[in-house]
Amino acid sequence: MTDTPEAPQRIDLGAEYESSGVAEVLRELDEELIGLAPVKQRIRETAALLLVDRARRALGLSQETPTLHMSFTGNPGTGKTTVARKMAGLLYRLGYVRKGHLVSVTRDDLVGQYIGHTAPKTKEVLKKAMGGVLFIDEAYYLYKPDNERDYGQEAIEILLQVMENNRDDLVVIMAGYADRMDRFFSANPGFRSRIAHHIEFPDYSEEELGRIAGTMLGDQGYRLDEGGRAALEEYIDLRRTQPHFANARSIRNALDRARLRQANRLFEAGGVVDADALSTISEADIRPSRVFRGGLDADRAAPEAAE
Amino acid sequence: MRITQGCFSFLPDLSDEQITAQVEYMLSRDWAVSLEYTDDPHPRNIYWEMWGHPMFDLRDAKGVMMEFEDCRKAHPDAYIRMQAFDDTRGFETVMMSFIVNRPAEEPRLTMQRTDYEGRSQKYGWTARA
Repeated sequence: MTDTPEAPQRIDLGAEYESSGVAEVLRELDEELIGLAPVKQRIRETAALLLVDRARRALGLSQETPTLHMSFTGNPGTGKTTVARKMAGLLYRLGYVRKGHLVSVTRDDLVGQYIGHTAPKTKEVLKKAMGGVLFIDEAYYLYKPDNERDYGQEAIEILLQVMENNRDDLVVIMAGYADRMDRFFSANPGFRSRIAHHIEFPDYSEEELGRIAGTMLGDQGYRLDEGGRAALEEYIDLRRTQPHFANARSIRNALDRARLRQANRLFEAGGVVDADALSTISEADIRPSRVFRGGLDADRAAPEAAE
Repeated sequence: MRITQGCFSFLPDLSDEQITAQVEYMLSRDWAVSLEYTDDPHPRNIYWEMWGHPMFDLRDAKGVMMEFEDCRKAHPDAYIRMQAFDDTRGFETVMMSFIVNRPAEEPRLTMQRTDYEGRSQKYGWTARA
């Protein structure tokens, strides 16, 4: 990239922005993801930083690869994996990773079950992630302070080493709940210093969740009728206050169950159906949810197992 | 004596950049890559030691090069070869095989003749340091 004999004297950032495809990724991000304004802002800032850094390198002003490892913190279902995938595309367009694929792993993929099992396992994953982005979901599970013989520590050491030595080859994104990630980072200061970008994912508002539900249904070829829409809004309000609320994921699960009830309703009514009936989710499909009766029976006494 | 087997063996030794480019080619064709090493380069010795498992599902040559670095560090004086396997026919077929590391001092292969029934002769090769 920079080994042309004649280094350019000036660079048009605007043209670079369009031609590198960064503009396109950011546009996609804006269109496909509802809400998440602070996240989008941070990503736009990061993209600007990388674009400027790339221009600086093209002019020979700097040589070092910037640290690109990131941490995504936020509650479940706030779009961390989706954004990580976009981020991989963004880094690929800017030329900071060579292949631009995303390898998504959790503790199970990195940590072995017996002595000597962890290092090869972690290395295997790292080899697969080379040239792309390694996304470690719920990264704090790697560190279990209550068990000093836990093999997670070994995985952490290998990760730290690779994050330092192979900065040109892969980008590591760690994700998880904010409070637990904070504890994880304070127990492993090596990670904190090697991660340059901390991005926080806020919870969605009721209105945003409503729009997300609309998009999800639209993608599957369903729509809500008037009663259904009102019921869903009420559902979202109630569901938010109940335990184990997982933002967009809870909404997706709720819609899956609504589709189940709709299918049952149509089947039991029998007779002839038309396309309109087949694609309409109505109030009767949402109201029977246990959310309207105060959550799961077990939940009123103890936390529920599934939403 | 320079041992010649596999691809590129009549060319000067490949540099790491050139090996990386070859690995990129292998991965671009969805081949699995494996590393093997031996201190016995006799042409009839087809069983080289495996360095770890063959590597499947890699996307970037760096992963292979890391293993190669480790192997070279552990066996600087061994022959190391890199192999690519294609599985389109339902079993793994060697598509490429080339030597990526040789000892500083290579053994000599010498030919031996043995008398056999009548006036016929048998030939064999011995590797000598």
